Order: sequence, then C-alpha cells, then structure tokens
Amino acid sequence: MASKKKSSFINMVVVLFIVSTIAATILAFVYQATKEPIAKAKLEKKKKAIGLVVPEFDTVYSPINNMFKIALAEGDSLECYPTKKGEEFSGYAIKANTSKGFSGTFWIMVGFTPDGKIYKTSVLEHKETPGLGDKMQKSKSNWSEQFTGLDVPNIKDIDGDGILIEVKKDQGTIDAITAATISSRAFCNACERAYIAFKKIEK
Amino acid sequence: MEYILIIISAIFVNNVVLAQFLGICPFFGVSKQVETAVGMTGAVIFVMTVATIVTFLLQKYVLDVFEIQYMQTITFILVIASLVQLVEIILKKVSPALFQALGIFLPLITTNCAVLGVAILAVRPDYGFDLMQSTVFAIASAIGFGLALVLFAGLREHMDLANIPKGMKGVPIAFVTAGLLALAFMGFSGIA
Amino acid sequence: MSKLNIFTKGFFKENAVFVMLLGLCPTLGTTTSALNGLGMGLATTFVLVLSNIVVALVKNQIPDKVRIPAFIVIIASFVTVVELLMQAYLPNLFEVLGLFIPLIVVNCLILGRAEAFASKNNVLDSAIDGLGMGLGFAMALTILGVVREILGSGSFFNFKIYPGDGALVFVLAPGGFIALGFIIALLNKLTKQS
Repeated sequence: MASKKKSSFINMVVVLFIVSTIAATILAFVYQATKEPIAKAKLEKKKKAIGLVVPEFDTVYSPINNMFKIALAEGDSLECYPTKKGEEFSGYAIKANTSKGFSGTFWIMVGFTPDGKIYKTSVLEHKETPGLGDKMQKSKSNWSEQFTGLDVPNIKDIDGDGILIEVKKDQGTIDAITAATISSRAFCNACERAYIAFKKIEK
Repeated sequence: MEYILIIISAIFVNNVVLAQFLGICPFFGVSKQVETAVGMTGAVIFVMTVATIVTFLLQKYVLDVFEIQYMQTITFILVIASLVQLVEIILKKVSPALFQALGIFLPLITTNCAVLGVAILAVRPDYGFDLMQSTVFAIASAIGFGLALVLFAGLREHMDLANIPKGMKGVPIAFVTAGLLALAFMGFSGIA
Repeated sequence: MSKLNIFTKGFFKENAVFVMLLGLCPTLGTTTSALNGLGMGLATTFVLVLSNIVVALVKNQIPDKVRIPAFIVIIASFVTVVELLMQAYLPNLFEVLGLFIPLIVVNCLILGRAEAFASKNNVLDSAIDGLGMGLGFAMALTILGVVREILGSGSFFNFKIYPGDGALVFVLAPGGFIALGFIIALLNKLTKQS
C-alpha cells in the first residue's frame, strides 16, 4: 500500500482545495448538460396540466408564453394561461392556491370557458391526508367531477355571504368528501379564488 | 400570530421526526436514557438554529445572486460540517462545562439529516420565509425534535422493565413504540 | 474475503436497514409505495458505488485529518449529479422523493461505507461493496414499500390487488415505523432459528 499523505497544514488545504475545485467543475458541467432537459420537463408538465383543464385549443397561440398574472390582493396573485381556438379565446387555465388545506397550502389548476363555467379541474400538488383528503385527485376518486361544467355565474348564493363555490355544510352546492370536510372546503376556496381572478380578466 | 403558527406547525403538526422522518438515526441512537436525550436536544437546537441562519444568508446573497442554486446541497452540508467543528472548538474554550455536557453529541450532528433537511426546507420558495421566520422555524423544528426524542427516551426507559415477547425485544419494539407516538402526534394535524 | 462474499454481505448479514439500522430516514420517508422505495434505493446505490470508487481511488492522496470533509464533498457532488439527472429525466419520481434526494448526502450508510470500507480497500472491491450494500439497501426499501403499499393502499407496484383503500395508517408516518418494526422482528426470528 502506498504511503498516506501527511496531515500537514499545507497538504490539508491543498487537498481540500483540489477536491472542491474538481467537484465544482464536474457539477458545473453536469448542470450545463441537464439545464435544457430540466427546463423542457418543467414546460411539458405545465403544458400537460393546462391541457387537462381547458377545451382543446390551437397550439399556435402558446398559453405559456402569454401567461399573465392577476392580482387578488397586495402580494397575492394567480397565474392565468389563456388559450385560443381560431381567433377567439377558448379557455383560461388559472393556477390557484389555498392555504386552508388540512396540511398546508395546496395548488390546483382550474379551467374556465369564456362564459364563466368551470371546464375541468386538476390537482397540481398537495399534502392532504392519503385516503381521505387526497380523494380530490382524479386518480383517487371521481369527487372532483362535480366541478366539471359547474356553472359558477348562475349559482344561487343562499346564505348571501358572496361566496359561490361552497360545500353544502356552508349553504353551498358542493358535496364534501366524507371525513375530509376541511380538504373539500379548501378545494372550494381555491376554485373560488380562481373564479374571482377569472372575473377580473373580463373587466 | 404568524410566528405562533410557524411554531405550532413545526413542533406538533409537522414534527421533524414523527411526521417528516428526519433525524431518525439519533432518534433511535441516543434515546435510551432521558438524560442523554436532553443533552442531544440542546446540541441540536444550537446547531440547527445557527446553521439555518447561515445557510439562509448564503442562499439569498450568494447562491441566488450568482444563480448557482445547484450547489445548494454541497454548500449546505459543508456549512453544517464546519459549523459543528467550530461550535466544538468555541465551546471547549468558552464553556468547558457545557462542552462536557454536549461534546459527545456534536460530531453526531453532522449526519443528522434533520439539520440539513430543515436548512433546505427553510429556503424553499413555496415557504417564502424571511430571515426571522426561518430562524423561528429552525428553533421550533429543533424543539419538536427534542420533544419527540425526550418523550421517546422516557418511554424506552420504562420499556426496559416491561415483559416483551422475545422476538420483539430491542429494536422492533422501539419501532412500534415510535409508530404509536407518531400516531398520537397525528392528532395534532389540522390545528395549524 | 472473496468477491462474492463482499457482494452478498450487504443483502442479509450486514443489511444496512434491517441489521445495521443505517439510513433510516429515507427508508421510512420514501417507502409509501414499492416503486418509490425502489427508486430511492437505486438512487442511493448509484451514489454509493461512485463515491466508493472515487474514495478508493484518492484515499492515499487525502491527509487523515481532512478525510471526512473531503469524503463529504465527493458524496455531495454525486448526490447533486443524481438530483440534476433525475430532475431532467425522471421529473415525476423527483417530485415524490423531493427533499430526500439532497438528504442522500447525510445517509450514514454512504459516509459509513466510505470510511469503513473504501478508505481501506482497492477500487474493485470498493465498487463491489458499494453495489452489494446499495442493492441490499434498495431491496430493504422495496420490501418495506411493498408491505406498506399492500396494507395501506391495497396495491402491488400500483396494480390494485384488492378493492378498497386498505389500512391507511400504513401509508402514513406511524405505519412506517410499525411495519419496519415487525419486519425486523420477523427477520430476527428467522435468522435465530436457522
């Protein structure tokens, strides 16, 4: 076995410096090589999420390049991805969050047709309880289908609190997920926020 | 109010050990006695807080500015490793008594993934913490770690006296106990 | 020790999870399903093999006192490489494993093998040791993942095997601890009888 380098001060500094330099160089190289695929993977994911919630659209008009932000309040804005079919706007995918979830913030994508109806919804990321709150995902149960085609502008606001999308417990129209009222309320809250944002587009 | 929310959430709801599975190694390693558990907790609170402040500033003023976020892992772990060394040296000089108490736990902290985990979580964009919030988050997480550790050590001390089936003795029953403790902590979810 | 011995000891005799209780955080944190466990296990194996090879290559150039920091830098670099590659080519898995990918750095298994094996043995043996230990770790994670997935969500590698949700607690944190406890108890029983 070759003899070990002595632990002199110079040796230690030089070795650590060399090791770190080589490591940094390799990392910079890998970073450059994977930069494009990572950006592409993220873009694909976004495209897919938009495609899930709005009617079929022409890809000539890129919803991602035409994304704009809608401010709901100071420091609180949602991203909106408009889509076109021919010359007309055919849909709006709005990325909405809510902090009212059972285990913190979750994000959903809500698609609107120009008449204000919800086309479809899709969950982007969440930390809700597996088996209960996560039933809001399409893959877990068909609960979220009651939002498909939901005619928001024509919902009667029974309790007159100005909130349209609510669970039945709160005098609304949505059936809550059994044993997961908080998650259901939060989902409604996110949809409501998306709808408020949607109404601001038209103005 | 905001700070209270962060604190309750980090200690009880998203307890680092019992809900996020961070720092399991020391959780099982130094939980045989309450006394050592308390010592470890002190060391973790100290290192986790300082590490989070330092890494937060590094992320904000170095990594983000030069757009080298991919160096995050390597930078953070080096900061933690050198910080542990530094704390060890300073403690030895300044307070030999405290060093006596915490000394043996310090080297173990480098590979305590809760420290690195909390440092990474604190700079996540979706948390959107500022420096003060990150600091509070780190302290609260460390207290949460300590709480779980001390509770668990208390349970294990009693377990030594219990009559446990042969195959379950030692490690297996410790895991099952930890599971029950985690189950109890799940009762906290939804309050923050 | 023969090459075969070096390779196989990681599976049973010195299995990282079941026997040595190393790397428990990712073990419990990522095994909510069999596939996630396998993914995490393979990512760890990748880092372990490469870091073992590099450590064995440079072991004589590194002074003893800075050995640990140097090893950590080497390991952290490979972890970042895995992180970037996964983000680029397996974005879905990356999202599920999340925080636990950068945390491979502090997996005591990797630093432990660098220190206990690679810094004392030649390159080939270190590579075999890394592969054996890593695959043993991956095997343990997959087993735990399979158990938790079958009990917790009623499926096996995402194929539904019985209707309904199963006992949800096994997908959640407490079930992870309990399932691992019982698996270790079972292994203890089996190994002691033979």
